[in-house]
Amino acid sequence: MSGLVLNGVTKQFGTFTAVENVQLSVPHGTFVCMLGPSGCGKTTLLRMIAGLDDPTGGTILLDGEDITKVPTHKRNLGMVFQSLALFPHLSVGENIAYPLRIRGKGREDQKKRVDELLALIHLPGYGDRPVSKLSGGQRQRVAIARALALSPKLFLLDEPLSALDAKLREAMQVELRQLQQKLGITTIVVTHDQREAMTMADTVVVMNGGHIRQAASPIEIYRKPADTFVADFIGSTNLIETTADSSGAATVFGHSVPGLVLPAGLQKATISVRPEDVHLTAPGNGAINGTVTFVRDLGGTIETFVEAGGKQIVAVSTPRARPEVTAGQQVGIVLAPDVCVVLKQ
Amino acid sequence: MKREAPQSIADYGPLFFPAGMLLVFFVVPFGTMIAVSFFQRQQGGFYTPAFVFSNYERFLSAFFGGVLGFSLMLAVTVAVCCVVLALPFTYLLSKLPRRLQVIWLVALLSVLSLSEVIIGFAWSTLFSRTAGITNILVQLGLMKQAVALSPSFGAVLTGMVYQALPYTVLVLYPALVRLDPTLMEAARTLGSSPVRAFFNVLVPALRNTIMATLIMVFIFALGSYLLPQILGRPQHWTLSVLITDQAIYQSNMPFAAAMAVFLVLVTLGLVALTLLIGRKGEKA
Repeated sequence: MSGLVLNGVTKQFGTFTAVENVQLSVPHGTFVCMLGPSGCGKTTLLRMIAGLDDPTGGTILLDGEDITKVPTHKRNLGMVFQSLALFPHLSVGENIAYPLRIRGKGREDQKKRVDELLALIHLPGYGDRPVSKLSGGQRQRVAIARALALSPKLFLLDEPLSALDAKLREAMQVELRQLQQKLGITTIVVTHDQREAMTMADTVVVMNGGHIRQAASPIEIYRKPADTFVADFIGSTNLIETTADSSGAATVFGHSVPGLVLPAGLQKATISVRPEDVHLTAPGNGAINGTVTFVRDLGGTIETFVEAGGKQIVAVSTPRARPEVTAGQQVGIVLAPDVCVVLKQ
Repeated sequence: MKREAPQSIADYGPLFFPAGMLLVFFVVPFGTMIAVSFFQRQQGGFYTPAFVFSNYERFLSAFFGGVLGFSLMLAVTVAVCCVVLALPFTYLLSKLPRRLQVIWLVALLSVLSLSEVIIGFAWSTLFSRTAGITNILVQLGLMKQAVALSPSFGAVLTGMVYQALPYTVLVLYPALVRLDPTLMEAARTLGSSPVRAFFNVLVPALRNTIMATLIMVFIFALGSYLLPQILGRPQHWTLSVLITDQAIYQSNMPFAAAMAVFLVLVTLGLVALTLLIGRKGEKA
């Protein structure tokens, strides 16, 4: 198939396994974000795709061709590093022209392509400036242009936006996504920022401990997390222990939740409910009873912390969609069965 | 951290001791030497205070000009050889695991503890016909018969490069360790083989460090006067050898001082020129 396929890719550093038996296929033209806490193996995986680290096991295929043993400079990829790694001794234009020069492109072709790329990254006329005179965001764009100069098959970015301030980062996320869609290039971004992943990706790959925990579209990752790690890592969530009777009907804190059924044979399970899916009502009426412990009023949204059954449940709602409650009051918690996601053990 | 400008004389206190040492042990002797270079030489090894230019005039001859030229050429060659050898070596060293790096650095430092005399005689043995390295080549069948490689220009050069190489590595090492490793990786992802990346990324990125190292080794090599005598013929003797000869064996202090001052001036001039060219290149 066309695109990138990772087949049982493993990387060991001595006795430590950084990446273990990763299976992933990235169809041509997809934008993939690898997301995970630091040390989860996402950067190592990206470096193996780039050829900067050699896998200790498994194979990497690009458009059906085994590139596991192909040296980096013959892989036809563009990469943006966390440090950007712009060459300090070259101007903006020379930096972008570097890969063209290496491939022995003519001076005219180089200039034409550099102008094209500078227009693409909205920095026309910046070719002669020294790299040191650019702002953080501009350097970012130059690094992207340089990586794209040879129209590579694969575009890899390692924490590309982490050095930018929050506002610029949000703008660059949108821009990067639009650029990728315009060029239709297979792109893999490593990030620890879930907002970044949600904004840009077609597929989010959540990693932890050297394993892929879930690979799916952003909305699926959010709505249907595969396990407790993914549920907890992506957004905030309430993880609630449930027990089921013989028919599978689940109870939460001793209250039955009508319509919530655990898979056959499961006695106990953890369910994930997003705070915005927790509804508060007056106590009684079949709702789970709890006591409000804290109210965080953020203006646009209000977070209500409720203690029920010895656990803390967080509910988020807009000010008008919630009963007026203050700390110490009794409330009822309503969980709709379709928002409760039963997690793998 | 903000640094405040010194407010009173007491704030300069920490500078007094080094400044005093510099004055007593550098400025005063150097001033004495400049003064002596204008003195009148008396036959029999003494000199009387005077202000004559005869010492400098005597220096302006084809012979001394040739020696000065050879000394500068030798120092430049040693500097270039050292940097060409040390740069790839130090780069590979900086990629090694930490423990191996320490072992290499300690070994290099131990070379520094050898005196110039020992280095000179060790190499003259290695370059000799009877016990030298050519005997090994004969054993291996690469040569017909053992030959003496010393005294010769190559022997002088080898000895001086050997002596200066540890300094070169130690000066280059911090810069190479601090160099962002992703620069080289980026070059590789952009289609450059590691060897090409070394030349078109690492070398230009370290331009200033390389320049400074060249100047340092150049000046270090200019002062060498034992190795050219042990490993070279008289035509390979440097100006430093002649200065020693005049000062100690001919007892002509004023002339030796004049040559030393001249050497310092030429050296400073060359270093300034190098820096100037470097600065221009940076702007371009």
